[in-house]
Amino acid sequence: MNESKFHSVRLDKDKCKGCTNCLKRCPTEAIRIRGGRAHIINERCIDCGECIRVCDYHAKYAQTDPLSVIERFKYKIALPAPSLYGQFKGKIDRSQILEGLLKIGFDDVFEVATGADIVTRAIRENMRNATPDQFPLISSACPVIVRLIRSRFPELISHVVDIRQPMEVAAMVARKEFCKKHDVDPGDVGCFFITPCAAKVTAIRNPLTLQQSACDGAISMIEIYGLLAGSMKNFTLHAERATSTAYGVGWAKSGGEMAAVAPEHSMAVDGIENVIRVLEEIENNKLRDLVFFEGAACTGGCVGGPLTFENSYIARNAIRALMSGCDFTHPDEAVKASYLTKYNLYTERPITPNSVMRLDDDIIEAMRKMEEMEQIVRSLPGYDCGSCGSPTCRTFAEDIVRGFATKMDCIHMLKDQLKIMAQKMVELSNTTRE
Amino acid sequence: MADYIIRDSYPVQTAAYESAGDASARIKRKLKQLGIDSAILRRIAVASYEAELNLIIHSHGGELIMEMTPKSIVLISKDVGPGIADISQALKEGYSTASEEARDLGFGAGMGLPNMKRNADSFDITSEVGVGTTIQMGFQIA
Repeated sequence: MNESKFHSVRLDKDKCKGCTNCLKRCPTEAIRIRGGRAHIINERCIDCGECIRVCDYHAKYAQTDPLSVIERFKYKIALPAPSLYGQFKGKIDRSQILEGLLKIGFDDVFEVATGADIVTRAIRENMRNATPDQFPLISSACPVIVRLIRSRFPELISHVVDIRQPMEVAAMVARKEFCKKHDVDPGDVGCFFITPCAAKVTAIRNPLTLQQSACDGAISMIEIYGLLAGSMKNFTLHAERATSTAYGVGWAKSGGEMAAVAPEHSMAVDGIENVIRVLEEIENNKLRDLVFFEGAACTGGCVGGPLTFENSYIARNAIRALMSGCDFTHPDEAVKASYLTKYNLYTERPITPNSVMRLDDDIIEAMRKMEEMEQIVRSLPGYDCGSCGSPTCRTFAEDIVRGFATKMDCIHMLKDQLKIMAQKMVELSNTTRE
Repeated sequence: MADYIIRDSYPVQTAAYESAGDASARIKRKLKQLGIDSAILRRIAVASYEAELNLIIHSHGGELIMEMTPKSIVLISKDVGPGIADISQALKEGYSTASEEARDLGFGAGMGLPNMKRNADSFDITSEVGVGTTIQMGFQIA
């Protein structure tokens, strides 16, 4: 498999019925129905997982690593996303979850919430030196939003924070500290992210801003949920494992990063369609006083990820309850300054725009296609029914111009055409009778 | 082929706050599909949005026109009144004649025309009281 084209979100062709549920809900119009089956256009897919949620036939899935993948390494470290803490009902201590991870096969755990604490401090240091045209800073925590900006809002790329994601920082620090403590070779240590979503899997396998991810794999929360829940009983607690602040834990839900990084003149938006609407406003310079923008593709933030077990709202409440028992020292003080000097927390390469929306690289050709497209749009019924296999009449016109569809794929146009043909046949039969 | 031209017109109605931004969003989407450089696109997005809002807030109705050649884009905002009595004053930052209603909705900061002028490569405005206002903004794209 070509890793540069890796996408976690996949289709199980045998289960697909060719309905229009995913087609209509894909925020980047990356799905087409062809030959009675859905087809994901890789270049357009941003791995949001919306199609996984809406498919009634469970034909969409996220490719993650099975738990057995950790056996490839001599030493295994679990990196639980803070959203994992929201998955368990009742009075559950954070340390209990971390201990549970050790029981199911990991040698060590390192909280991604601690990574979030470090990232918080790093972003805040950066913010002090930012130039006015860099504001609002846009969070890079949600890989879906970063990919959305790449293809739909390329002019906002320069606003995206260039600090690594919490899971990357957590993996870097966890590996280094483990090697130092146990005097082992870094190559023998595998760091595995416990992920709430498909997009993080893609971000690990095919990172946009790093040469290589510090994580060696991603295991879905839903996969280990049962095993982990069962292993969380009867053991001694080691509270010292849970070292992240309440702020770091808060990154699990929408508004958590904002509360840690820039509580004033900032905004947190969740749900990808909502994020798109606000990015449009930022693009139009309408939110001039905005300092920081946090956008999460999933409703409720990471707790609403497609690979989580618990209902997003219940999980959000669980996180809130858990936070109240955590240390509220701000990462500015809680995170040692040495983390900022000892580790390279910056991304390694800039985000490049994705020109997938472009009709043609040649501007005259693009203009010609645009005019042809407009003409086709005018001839279509405008029902946006999706029967042709494209999500809207406009996208259908675009597909025709790009050479991926023909007008007769529209059942309404086909019907009109058949009516004309039938009339002609009647006329023909009438003439022969005379 | 340098004179190949696309011309679109988007009617904008007075006080149509509910559809504010629709025309500029359509222009923006189109320019993205045409592959316009993102920095230029952002300037056009801001200018067209301000122009559209001006039509909604101040005019008796009008249209936003986009003319594009492979070398340049011209945005034209044309309305049927009421016209601007003192253009130089209207171009001052912070000066606004927006209605109470518009201000209540958060508009009328007096930055519309200055923002258009700042973002366009060329800017031309003509107006006659009782007749209407025409604003022409040019953007070099190649």
